[in-house]
Amino acid sequence: MKSRLAPIWPPIVVGVLFMALWEGMVRLLDVKEFLLPKPSSIVQAVGDQWTPLRIAGWETGKTAVVGLLIGVIAGALLALVVSRFGWLRGSVTPLAVALNATPIIALAPIFNAWFGITDFRSNAAVVIVVVFFPVFINTGKGLSEVEPNQIELMRSLAASETTVLRMVRIPNALPFFLTSLRLAAPLSVIAAIVAEYFGGPQNRLGPFITQNASFSRYANAWAAIVVASAIGLALFAASALVEKLAMPWKRPESITA
Amino acid sequence: MKMSDSAIVATGIGKTFNGNTDNAVVALDGIDLTVEPGEFVSLIGPSGCGKSTMLRVFGDLISPTEGTVEVFGKSAAQARLDRDYGMAFQKAGLFDWRKVSANIELPLELAGWSKDRRSYRSAEMLSLVKLQEFADHYPWQLSGGMQQRVAIARALSFEPKLLLMDEPFGALDEMTREHMQVELLRIYEQLGTTVVFVTHSIPEAAFLSDRVVVLSPRPGRIHSIIDVDLGKRDENTRESAEFFAMTTEVREALRSVEAMS
Ligand SMILES: Nc1ncnc2c1ncn2[C@@H]1O[C@H](COP(=O)(O)OP(=O)(O)O)[C@@H](O)[C@H]1O
Ligand SMILES: [Mg+2]
Repeated sequence: MKSRLAPIWPPIVVGVLFMALWEGMVRLLDVKEFLLPKPSSIVQAVGDQWTPLRIAGWETGKTAVVGLLIGVIAGALLALVVSRFGWLRGSVTPLAVALNATPIIALAPIFNAWFGITDFRSNAAVVIVVVFFPVFINTGKGLSEVEPNQIELMRSLAASETTVLRMVRIPNALPFFLTSLRLAAPLSVIAAIVAEYFGGPQNRLGPFITQNASFSRYANAWAAIVVASAIGLALFAASALVEKLAMPWKRPESITA
Repeated sequence: MKMSDSAIVATGIGKTFNGNTDNAVVALDGIDLTVEPGEFVSLIGPSGCGKSTMLRVFGDLISPTEGTVEVFGKSAAQARLDRDYGMAFQKAGLFDWRKVSANIELPLELAGWSKDRRSYRSAEMLSLVKLQEFADHYPWQLSGGMQQRVAIARALSFEPKLLLMDEPFGALDEMTREHMQVELLRIYEQLGTTVVFVTHSIPEAAFLSDRVVVLSPRPGRIHSIIDVDLGKRDENTRESAEFFAMTTEVREALRSVEAMS
């Protein structure tokens, strides 16, 4: 069978061209480092700051992954409970959709008050909440949006609601769930870093960025952003792989980023 | 009322959707129909005249607001719990995540058959619908006509006493459709089930049925029942004078339905 993922070369070529253009423009127009450092300076900063960046990246990555896992599991489980008990669906789901439209990230300072300003849990809590809603809403959609004829078929075969959930709704929701996972994975890194801007332990990417920026060491701040992007991409790639492995029945071209 | 040996005895069926509201719809009214075991009965009529509703009432997927349905001498609800029904719809409705064989085995799983018995039966059904080599394919790898054949194999896998079909060939092109009709008759004769078949195609109803029930709309009532006797049917039947006469009779019944509404 053909590879299920799009070829990897075109985006890399475009990326390299973009970097070259960036480097060229900054040199040509003599842009100040504090406005926009050259890619070469950022690469050098990654090298110079490797030890603190590695530690900060590891810690922020842990916050993102722990929050991602808890948020995803909680979102999927609650979606299951809500779909099993119809009377919850009409009340809980619209509420979740409304909450999902609010800037949840603004809760960060409040979690600092709850868990303590230097506690890693206040950051993880932001990640959990940010990840939870898209997973809950999408999984719930997949559990409820089953072809009516398929439900009728199951009923005509005297299947119980629990059997329908197990044999039809859950497999039907799997693509929805995995899509939400793929969206939530990079979101978890964003949420972790923004939460870290507001508080939490100091040896993280968020404080690394704010501190270096306040001392005008912009190349260092950008270096941290590069590390954060790498973590986000790694999580995205991992969830795309899970998506591919978990659904061998999928039509190849239907999995796209 | 005597306990009957009939496949279906529907007495005074009425179905009103959204009763007691402003948008109440009387979908069925005063339906009396008896279907004998082994009979092939088609329901035909203009769109919205209540064909699907009638089929769902027979299958205990919705309950009538008036009247009773008896299926093989018991209530429709009991017949459903006894797994007397096989169903097929216009959309094949195969489960994407199940291979073709596993789709066919779904009713058998629900009925608690052992794995060996299930795979033996799905292989049998696959050869019946002439798709042996597709057992391990996923539904998306099959054409619409092949998917519909799998859906029919699924509906028949557990040898239900009564097959309820709602425009199962409605989405197929004309040639595939005619081919599927011949296939369905072959399987039907081989298994000796009873079939209630909803269609809006006049030649389809005439070709397949022992009786064609013509419905009139708003409210859905039985306008007339046409007996068909074309004997053993094959592709040549479609070009015979008898077939032409039958389609004409069904067409005229439908015209008088149209004229009424
Ligand atoms: N669940 C429902 N709620 C309200 N009205 C319905 C429902 N199902 C069918 N109807 C109405 O009942 C009538 C008969 O529908 P249906 O049995 O689907 O017709 P057909 O299958 O002959 O096209 C139509 O007017 C339709 O709008
Ligand atoms: Mg219909």
